[in-house]
Parts: sequence; C-alpha cells; structure tokens
Amino acid sequence: MSQPQDQNWLLRVRGLTKIHGDPGHNTIELTGPEHATNICPESGAIVAIANIDFDLYPGEVLGIVGESGSGKSTLVQLLYFDQPATHGRALFREVDEGRSNILTLSNQRKRFIKNHLMGMVYQNPRDGLNFNFTAGGNIAEKLLMAGTFHIGKIRGRANYLLTQTEVPVQRIDETPSSFSGGMQQRVQISKAIANNPPLVFFDEVTSGLDVSVQAKVLDLIRRLQQESGISMIVVSHDLGVIRMLTDRTIVLKHGRIVEHGLTDQILQDPQHAYTQLLVSSLL
Amino acid sequence: MVEATKFESSYSYGFIDEATKKEIRRKTLKAVCIPGYQVPYSSPEMPIARGWGTGGLHLTLSLIGKSDVFKIIDQGSDASVNACNLRQFVQMMTDCAVTFDTSEATIIQSRHRVPEEILTDRQILVLQVPQPEILRGVERFEARTRQMHAEADYAKMWVSLYEAFVRFGTLMRGSGYPIKVNRRYIATPSPIPRWDTPNLSMAHCLYLFGAGREKRIHAIPPHTLVEPLEFEDVKFKVEEFAGILCSASDEDRAFMDEIFDGEGRRKHVINDSNFLDKVKSGPRPPQRLFTNPQ
Repeated sequence: MSQPQDQNWLLRVRGLTKIHGDPGHNTIELTGPEHATNICPESGAIVAIANIDFDLYPGEVLGIVGESGSGKSTLVQLLYFDQPATHGRALFREVDEGRSNILTLSNQRKRFIKNHLMGMVYQNPRDGLNFNFTAGGNIAEKLLMAGTFHIGKIRGRANYLLTQTEVPVQRIDETPSSFSGGMQQRVQISKAIANNPPLVFFDEVTSGLDVSVQAKVLDLIRRLQQESGISMIVVSHDLGVIRMLTDRTIVLKHGRIVEHGLTDQILQDPQHAYTQLLVSSLL
Repeated sequence: MVEATKFESSYSYGFIDEATKKEIRRKTLKAVCIPGYQVPYSSPEMPIARGWGTGGLHLTLSLIGKSDVFKIIDQGSDASVNACNLRQFVQMMTDCAVTFDTSEATIIQSRHRVPEEILTDRQILVLQVPQPEILRGVERFEARTRQMHAEADYAKMWVSLYEAFVRFGTLMRGSGYPIKVNRRYIATPSPIPRWDTPNLSMAHCLYLFGAGREKRIHAIPPHTLVEPLEFEDVKFKVEEFAGILCSASDEDRAFMDEIFDGEGRRKHVINDSNFLDKVKSGPRPPQRLFTNPQ
C-alpha cells in the first residue's frame, strides 16, 4: 500500500477472500483479471473477492470502484458482517486496540460493533430500513441498541439527524414507505450515523436517484464527513461520485485490486488498462 | 401371595405415563436453571385440545403427588367452567386434595391471573400460556426469534415499545407485558394484567409457564429479578383503580372487574374470587402492592 509502515490505521484488511461454492487447489490462481473471469474452470467455484489488502486511516474516505460483479458490494458486506468471509483478516482499531480479527468474533460482539462502531447505507433503502417501523423508530433502533433508553433523548437525536439530512421533521412518525426514494436514502443515512460511529460504509447510495437528488445526497455525505471526521468506505461504479467524495481509491476487477492510489491520480493518470477504460468511458 | 396391581387402573397416576412425566420434569428443571428461557418439550396428548390449558396440566400432573393440595383458577375465578372441569380431572387422576383457599394450596394452576394473596416458598404457581414467544409480534420466524434470544438481540422489541409510545402516547400493552428475567431473557408473563407483573419479581414461590400448543416451558425461580421493559423517561405502570371500591366488599387495592348490571350501571368487583371471599368474611390477606411512579 501507499504507506506500508504507517501504524496509524483505523481499519486494516489483509487477504480478505470470499468464495462461493467449493474451491479447488488452484481456484485463486485460475481466476482474476488476467484470466478475465472469476469462475474457476476446474471447480466451478465463484471467487467474489480474493486477497484484498488495504488500510483505512482515521478521517479518510476510501473509494472502491469497479464494474458490476467486480466484488465491490461483497467487500463492504463482509466488513459489515452481512456475509461470512471465506478467509482473511480485518483489524479494527476500536476493537481490542486492533489486535482481534473482527471477522471471527462471536455474533454478539459483531452486533455490538455494528451497533456502536459502524454504520451502513445500502443501495436499496429496504435493506437498511425496517419499513414496518417509522422513520424515527428506525433511527431509535440503532440508538436503543447502543444503550440509549430515554425516549426524550432518542427523539431529540432523531429530530437533529432528520434536520441535518433535510427530511421534514413533521414526518418523523411516518413509515419510510410513504417517503420518496431520496428521502428514504437520507433516513438511512441518519440511521447509519445516529451513534456517531467512527466508520460508515456507503454502498452505491446514489444509484437510482435522479441527478438533483444525487447531488443533494452527495453534498450531505461530504458535509457530514467534514463536520464529524467519520472514516468512510464509498462503493460506487460512478466515477463522478468517487471523484467528489473520496481521497483514495481502489479499483476492483474480477474480485482483485488492479490499481490503488490517490483519487486524483487515478482519474488523471490511470495506469491499469481497465482503469483507463473506466476513465475514458466517463461521460 | 403377590397381587398384580399394575393393571388395576386403566390410567397412569396423573394420566400421563411415567416416562413422559419424567421428560416434562427434566425440561422443567432446565427451565428453572435458565430463568426466562423457553425449553421445548413433548406436550403429550391430553383429553382436552392443545391450547386449552394443556401446558398448565402437563406441568401440574408431572409435579403433583397425593399429599399435594391443588387449586385452579381461570381469570381469578375458582368456579368457572374451565376451572371446575380441570379441577375434577386432576382430582380423579391423582386423588389429591383440592381447595379454593389460596394459602392452603401447594400447587395453583392459573389462567391469566396471579392470586392477590402473597404466595409462599412452599407453593408453585403454574400459568397457562397461549403464546410463549414474546417476540412473535415483531418477528414471525421461529428460527429468527431463537437467534434473537440467543444473542440477546432485542432491538425490535424495544422499537415496538417506542413506536407504541410515539403513536399512542402510552406503552400500550394491557396484558402480557414483556418482562426481562434475571437481566437476560425477555419473556412473556402469560396474559396476566400489568397489575400482577411486579409480583413475579423476587417472589418466594416458583412460577412455571406451560404452553401446550406451542410446546414450550419457561420458569421464574424464587427470588429472581423480573423487570418490565420500560424507558428511563417513560415508566411501566400498573392499572390504576383510583377511587374505585369493590361493590361486593367495599374494599380497594385489588385488581377489579368492571361489570354492568341489568340497568347498564357500571360497577366494579374484585376479580380474585378467593381473595374477595376472604376480605368479605375476615381480615384482609397479605398482598404485595406496587405503587406507580409519579
């Protein structure tokens, strides 16, 4: 990585791998960008991602870019414990001073980490929000699990977050199903940041939103990041989003990192043929 | 000469065969060891349909002996049809003594009430439970609710209380108010009124909960902390019967039934029939009363 000696990392990921199906001995060697496939020709196992290494530093925004099927979403879902990793390590500074592999902790500790130290904004608000609960209830869920059992405080915090994310506060007791897509996405962001977590994942947050709403959501994320200094991992296939939000970028293809570096550098002077193709396809 | 007495009676003692009674006792012990945890059990066939008190009967019949004194109440009443039928059945099957007197009984089976009178350390209260899974209202899949209990993941339960409060201004549960047992499992107290819920905590007697249809047993051992779920600023409250007197006894401070007479006039009567008999005829039996926070 760019600063291999730096010990100031917040999240350190080493050898993160997710394989669907039964891999053979050569599955990792026979897949990847040089073979232009992530399906093992011998065993038929699908390598979603393999041997991913990166560090995330406090207050940094890391972009993950790649075409669909390149393993972007899998990467953040593994780190948010939505799927179990096949192997690999993820060390998180906030958990045991960064000595424990958070991917192999008990479910109870994983839930604690999710509730206290992480936030996730999914592409589809239905994945991140419970549509049977009100907007306020969704935010309350995160706060209750982090140990706030005071309705007045919960409502105060929910009001503040909805104001920050420009969701009309009068609609706090409505279910998200009555909201527009952009509003649902902003409620999801409110929920993700409700406990001031040090790390938030954004998975394709602007896909499916129209351009003006996209700009609003991006503005919001950037403002929140600048105000509170949250570390973020932003997954997108949209280089515009990556350029606007991120400091550093990782380019994924067929589940492997093909290029990484400062976002400006990657967009100005792409080295890998695939990154060149991505940048030149930018409208 | 040795007499063959084995087949003299067409039923086992207490109706259920010995092996199954042993199984139920073992599951009961497990339930007592893990307060609030729902233990699956066999729920054998009974002469009444599952869900009509079979869970309570299984517990009663697996525990009872000839020296026991049995009392059964249905919504506070010793004299309801259900209570009478089950009492007769238990007596026929076990030759035990039966009583209406709460303080005399050693095993009390109940549906939807805890007796007003304080229960002692030589008494067991067996409660019939229609739905043992308190999380069923927020999660319909059994596999998920089991995982939620295993990991103490009670977010959805708490959010449902929060939602009830913001939508309706109260915690909105008449009976079966969710309780946290021994600071670990969230459980149902069975559909008892909120009035009875504080009595479950730090009691001298053993509380057993049997759900025959759902095949689950859970328990609250004596001297176990039971806390109704509440927020720091919105507290659990029992039913208030402020200024209301029982029309049959002129007493207050008991759970009241609201009834209307032939002319449509409203009056209240103490729900626990044995407690009502006692306050009418003599000194008031000892009670544990809960005071609502202001």
